[in-house]
Amino acid sequence: MDYVPHTTADQQKMLRAVGVGSVDALFADIPEKYRLKDLLKLPAPLTEQEVSGLMASLASSNTIPGHTFMGAGAYHHFIPAVVGHVIGRSEFYTAYTPYQAEISQGILQAIYEYQSMIAGLTGMQVANASMYDGASAMAEAAVLTAKTLRRTKIVVARSVHPEYRGTTRTYCWSNGYEVVEVGYDADGQIDKAALTAAVDDNTAAVLVQSPNFFGVIEDIAAIEPAVHAKGAALVVGFTEAISLGMLKPAGVQGADIVVGEGQSFGNPLNYGGPYLGVFTSSEKYMRKIPGRIVGETLDRNGKRGYVLTLQAREQHIRREKATSNICSNEALCMLAAAVYMVSLGKNLKPLAELNYQKAEYLKDRLASLPGWKPVFSGPTFNEFVMQCPDAKGVNAKLKAKGILGGYEAGKDYADLNNSLVFCATEMVSRADIDQVIEIVK
Amino acid sequence: MELIFEKSQPGRQATTIPACDVPQKKVSIPATLLRDGVGLPEVAEVDLMRHYTSLSRRNFGVDSGMYPLGSCTMKYNPKVNENAAKLSGFTDIHPYAPEEWTQGNLRMMFELRAYLSEILGMADFTLQPAAGAHGELTGNMVMKKYFEKKGEKRTKMFVPDAAHGTNPASTALSGCEIITVRSNAEGGVDLDHLKELMADDVVGLMLTNPNTVGLFERNIEQVISIVHARGGLCYCDGANTNAFMGVNRPGDLGFDVIQLNLHKSFSTPHGCGGPGSGPVGVAKHLVDFLPYPRVIKTGEKYSFDFDCPDSIGRVKAFYGNFNVMVKAYAYIRSLGAAGLRRASENAVLNANYVMAKLKNHYQVAFDRICMHECVFTGDKQVRESGVHTADIAKRLLDYGYHPPTIYFPSIVSEALMIEPNETESMETLDAFCDTMIKIAGEAKDNPKLLHDAPITTPVSRMDDVKAAREPNICWKC
Repeated sequence: MDYVPHTTADQQKMLRAVGVGSVDALFADIPEKYRLKDLLKLPAPLTEQEVSGLMASLASSNTIPGHTFMGAGAYHHFIPAVVGHVIGRSEFYTAYTPYQAEISQGILQAIYEYQSMIAGLTGMQVANASMYDGASAMAEAAVLTAKTLRRTKIVVARSVHPEYRGTTRTYCWSNGYEVVEVGYDADGQIDKAALTAAVDDNTAAVLVQSPNFFGVIEDIAAIEPAVHAKGAALVVGFTEAISLGMLKPAGVQGADIVVGEGQSFGNPLNYGGPYLGVFTSSEKYMRKIPGRIVGETLDRNGKRGYVLTLQAREQHIRREKATSNICSNEALCMLAAAVYMVSLGKNLKPLAELNYQKAEYLKDRLASLPGWKPVFSGPTFNEFVMQCPDAKGVNAKLKAKGILGGYEAGKDYADLNNSLVFCATEMVSRADIDQVIEIVK
Repeated sequence: MELIFEKSQPGRQATTIPACDVPQKKVSIPATLLRDGVGLPEVAEVDLMRHYTSLSRRNFGVDSGMYPLGSCTMKYNPKVNENAAKLSGFTDIHPYAPEEWTQGNLRMMFELRAYLSEILGMADFTLQPAAGAHGELTGNMVMKKYFEKKGEKRTKMFVPDAAHGTNPASTALSGCEIITVRSNAEGGVDLDHLKELMADDVVGLMLTNPNTVGLFERNIEQVISIVHARGGLCYCDGANTNAFMGVNRPGDLGFDVIQLNLHKSFSTPHGCGGPGSGPVGVAKHLVDFLPYPRVIKTGEKYSFDFDCPDSIGRVKAFYGNFNVMVKAYAYIRSLGAAGLRRASENAVLNANYVMAKLKNHYQVAFDRICMHECVFTGDKQVRESGVHTADIAKRLLDYGYHPPTIYFPSIVSEALMIEPNETESMETLDAFCDTMIKIAGEAKDNPKLLHDAPITTPVSRMDDVKAAREPNICWKC
């Protein structure tokens, strides 16, 4: 099945109109020796029925866990039915970037509404229409501050998601920036003394995450003075967007840029992508931030409408002087998040509190088992780190029962061997949690 | 149309939260770290659905009508692929699920890489980059890493003046210095200028082929050999892959790196601007520098290999836009080798057909057989009736078409770039061309119609200057 509507007669007619004798003649500019004589070596074409069967068999050779206690940057949440129905409208999912404002008011207004909602949740004044994911958003924030402040050092908390740090290192390596990591205290928050020592006059940004990779909530207001004292920018990330419903926004605690992962807002796990990079900032960075921004304006008749704006930041206008290279973003994931936020409304707070309570219950029950104890003393949201006698063994036992266990922190933190990062969301019931305790005790 | 905030009424809700079934504890997070409430709108579910349905009616997708947007490959998005991507066996899998539980995903990614390698003639691919520009950045980094490993200090990247804006922007974000190479009269590389500029500190050349005016680079062998002769690498911007699938392979031409846009040639939908997917293919000598982890196959078992000491590292979290890969995989399996070739052949045929039908009414930028897109200049209309390319584009909106790309490439004045794609029928193309011809007539007889256009859309032309000078980018913030 190739979706080409032409009949042989159509093709002949069209070739005559073009004035060539054959389709091959259309490719005369390609040097003869580089024109393929044989077909590519690919599996034989399939009918729609066959490809449906193939895809179903691939999907069914994966195992969907009965219950999920893994977070670590990707979260299992309930998605209201409206989300799929809205993003499934082909006027949205088959459209291009809204450069033609007159026939793109739908997505432009949706982006404007998203920007307003996400800026409100993060406590910021500016939001873009999305980045690739939370990790690349953080990496671009680092590069942005270095270029803006003309400094070459980035300080990052070790409690930031390992893959976010990895992505940031890649971007920084390529630009010749130094990345310095700062450890954590017994409470799981950033080591404030080490942070103060690490930030100097060449530091462009301090990158922290809250709740961090250990689920621990950082005290952003307490970190802020050390960062701003040296003129560096404070970049706060998050991986669990649901926490925004309960926690004080980083924007009102002194963050200059708040970046994060918006997957939890209406986007399925999807094996890690596509997700939603959230990028918000204070007004100071409005004309510097990467990505598309929608603004309200008027049409010729004075009617309210929306357009892509502040485009002097972007690659298609400024080329190498652009503040980023981003072109395609994650618009449909953003639309899902917008619908999700509207659907939740004020209920985002009780949902966040429900996540908190489930995780606290799991934490308390696990902590009561012999040989188990929470690693950090700081406050957590819906994730936490538990030390246990045998992390691998615990996960294996859970796996045997079809349950996805916690993240083995020892893979990334040598000092956290036999520690698991557990997550509990609204998707697990008390009975599910009790079952985990029965299995691992 | 009202904003969702303006429809909000305190106390309304579109969802309810399950009761807490665990013993409720007093929240032990310090009050200083908690927020009061959230300022999200409060609407009923029916209001939500009607709001977004109304918005969707004010939007235009490929399913709404022809979308001949040059350099964007807005082909039809087959629905079977969408269904496949919605299978819970794909959507409900956590990225850190054990490999025994994700064999289907890993196999799909492993095979997709192999298919793309075969189609483009490259040694291997990474699927991690999330979009074309992200792939460009990744490709640039891979080239830098290659020279770092070789101990060669190279800092400059050649980018032709006709390149997509993402090329110089990606190069800049990778920390390279951009050297602009002039184009010749056909939008190809000016060989003399390239020879003059080529030096031992040059990382390589980023080249779009077919180029941004829709022509295959006729001097491709010389271009590549000039760069290779001094140890540089050649990067192919694969945005225009829809022109040559099954006909020609960039790897055979000697390109060292290529990025693809699965949301173009491989039919995954654009979603109002994303998510895309930008896999990067490389020749053998660059495989070790690709991002990690890489899917490997041992016996019948698929797994991730994290042991990639020369890799540039990660360019995002997890493994790439997996759900987009599913659609591209289903597309390649549907078409097979013959179908991919037929897609490209007919994409090229359609572009040439449109060019042939319109060239007596609009001035062709380059009067010769084109690849999958054709470029006109609006110079004639400007001269004869003071009508600009933007006016022609806006008038097309009144007739129910998405306009072509305008004012790109910038080396063509008043450019109008049409990419009709293979999925449009002859009748659709005829109707589009008739409309274009009608507009050319209107430009002569009644240019006001074009200056005033569009008049049938929800809003007329917008005040972009006001938007940028008095930014209002958040409701009440």
